[in-house]
Amino acid sequence: MGNEEAVFFSRVLTETTLSFHIIYATIGVGVPLMIMIAQWVGIKKNDEHYILLARRWARGFVITVAVGVVTGTAIGLQLSLLWPNFMELAGNVIALPLFMETFAFFFEAIFLGIYLYTWDRFENQKKHFLLLIPVAIGASFSAVFITIVNSFMNAPRGFDIVNGELININPLLAMFNPAMPTKVAHVVVTSYMTAAFVLAAIAAFRLLKGSNHEYHKKALYLTMKVGLIFAVAAAVIGDFSGKYLAEYQPEKLAAAEWHFETEGNAPLILYGVLDDGEVKYAIKIPFALSILAHANPAAEVIGLDQFAEDEIPPLYIHYLFDLMVTIGIWMTVLSGVFWLGTKLRWKMVTKKWFRWLIVFGGPLSLLAIEAGWWMAEVGRQPWILRGIMRTEDGATTSGHVDTMLVLFALLYFVLGVGSVVVLRRMFRNNPVEREIEDREMEKGGDVL
Amino acid sequence: MTLEILGISVLWVFLFGYILIGAIDFGAGFFNAYSLLTGRQRILTNIIQRYLSPVWEVTNVFLVFFFVGIIGFFPKTAFYYGTVLLVPVSIGIILIAIRGSYYAFETYGTRGHKGYSFMYGLAGILIPASLSIVLTISEGGFVTMVNDHPVLDYWLLFTSRLTWAVVVLSIAATLYISAVFLTWYANKARDVEATNLLRKYALIWSLPTMITAGGIIVELRNHNPEHYSNIQTFWPMFLISLLMFIGTVWLIWKRRKYGLAFLLLLGQFVFAFFGYGASHYPYLLYPYLTIYDSFTNPAMAISLIVVFILGLGLLIPSLYLLMRLFLFDKDYVRGKGKYHA
Repeated sequence: MGNEEAVFFSRVLTETTLSFHIIYATIGVGVPLMIMIAQWVGIKKNDEHYILLARRWARGFVITVAVGVVTGTAIGLQLSLLWPNFMELAGNVIALPLFMETFAFFFEAIFLGIYLYTWDRFENQKKHFLLLIPVAIGASFSAVFITIVNSFMNAPRGFDIVNGELININPLLAMFNPAMPTKVAHVVVTSYMTAAFVLAAIAAFRLLKGSNHEYHKKALYLTMKVGLIFAVAAAVIGDFSGKYLAEYQPEKLAAAEWHFETEGNAPLILYGVLDDGEVKYAIKIPFALSILAHANPAAEVIGLDQFAEDEIPPLYIHYLFDLMVTIGIWMTVLSGVFWLGTKLRWKMVTKKWFRWLIVFGGPLSLLAIEAGWWMAEVGRQPWILRGIMRTEDGATTSGHVDTMLVLFALLYFVLGVGSVVVLRRMFRNNPVEREIEDREMEKGGDVL
Repeated sequence: MTLEILGISVLWVFLFGYILIGAIDFGAGFFNAYSLLTGRQRILTNIIQRYLSPVWEVTNVFLVFFFVGIIGFFPKTAFYYGTVLLVPVSIGIILIAIRGSYYAFETYGTRGHKGYSFMYGLAGILIPASLSIVLTISEGGFVTMVNDHPVLDYWLLFTSRLTWAVVVLSIAATLYISAVFLTWYANKARDVEATNLLRKYALIWSLPTMITAGGIIVELRNHNPEHYSNIQTFWPMFLISLLMFIGTVWLIWKRRKYGLAFLLLLGQFVFAFFGYGASHYPYLLYPYLTIYDSFTNPAMAISLIVVFILGLGLLIPSLYLLMRLFLFDKDYVRGKGKYHA
């Protein structure tokens, strides 16, 4: 296998692993927070439905954590296996957050184990609740640290290269690079939002499929409300990300927006197709790109004309950008209407068709996560370390990458199907109505 | 002590941690699957699940810690080992993935699913074999430099007696460590039947463990004479290890003091593992890579050590809590009360 093929297959394998991993990772970051909120509400309101909600989410969460952990281990090792030259260089500068991530992971793993096996061990539910705090902190900080590593790849800082040698290395400067604040905030907030909408989809689905239990209604209201809050936050941070890109990575913004000529009063292009360099069927919002980039309708936005041909990312990232933003806005509106509708007792929000929209919102949010990551990562091409190392120079020289790609694709297929089958069986065989009955019989109704 | 030695010692400790708790974990999965096949599931499954369930995720972290740490302290290892290990480590990752997820599927999803338990039992026993290849490669002789890039000679690797000796040792040691630990754990749970069965497994697997361990030292004499002569300078460590091994087997044979037997086993592997590590000094990959020419820059080294100390400040109390709740809690070990989510 030639080196060009090794580079190609390394890219495909990394993309496959990450695309699969982030589904479970996003759930893994967001769900502990949701469990924590449910358990807290349950304790505060003295309402056993919320406690049960936390308990059932936790049970399903273990399955997703398991797949998240093993695929996370896979990508961790693949970084060195597929990109050895990159890791050798990066290891010198960015090892610190990578190392901190394992501590966060360690912390979460220990307390998740304890949390899962102490449900009936403490008299006081508050003690049990306390165990969730390190789980949620560990989960979120894993995301924070690993996103710092990724933001370093977009905005490498904290070292100088003199005659090919790395000198003046400053690990802290490398961590707190310009891409870090917006990236980290966006990743964490959209994980919370997505997890909330995925759980909302489950509750809406149960309500549609015959169960009309109070439990599901409480779950739906709680998750949609939390989802709304984080969806609004995600939009605000998205705006900051646009301003970051305009300042530090203008080629990514220009490629995502199909902004070819450097100009002021730049319009924002939504949708459309690219045909021989011509944008067709697009919606143009005047001045919006200038506002997004610099908060000033007349501001000049750097276009693709400022970059060498071989330093421009693929232009298809525009579609990914559209997909992500559209879903984000759609989910904000949907959860906003639901929240308002429930407050004002609109009939509409309890209608079947509305609940189906919520059901589709779960997978859609996951799709937006994927699209956002693809856009962010492909938008960095052709660099693996922007401005410093090109992707083809970071890849392995080993043959066999194609075979490994087949093996891993099979593995992810098995894990994906397996986790869905197990989760479905788990909850179908033990619906909440039966669990509430069982618990009442067991304890005479005294859960707390 | 230099920073290089401090760095490699810390990593070696974590690798040892992974090997030890990993072995208990992998071996337990294998015994669980084996007991399913032979209809003894009733005896073993409860004991095994009770120990493993709260800790399975922690086991994995030890491995992650090791490989992230070695890239952090010794970034050049990413270049050498990353390039040559694509195939063996990928197989290892796939096995780890199957094992970890099927374990969760079986334990939390559908309890007693034979297919799932069989898969995680089998995958578990192959993980040490696939990862132990790294130890063989580190002895040198299998990697050559072509156009400034390391290339692994697979044929040489798979036909080497050293490779197979290491593979057999890793499997035998896994089952032996696991059986000794579980004998102690079952005895603490006052489960006589499980104790007797596991005691038998411990005795069965003690012999192949010792024979292959000795065989490897003999193989090294031909393969890497420099390493072999280094091992001889550390002979007292290997002697202590052997004496502790004899102590463990004797106690288990006599059905006495299983806790002490496990401690002696721990000591046996500590001395053997650190004796081996010390004799490997200063090479990470013989003869291309030493800990000195691959060490990271001082700024990164210092910051990693600071983070490491802070991290341990969090971890040690947490691990202590975990052990107190599940390893040293009488009611939990004896299976009283339903704690499961």
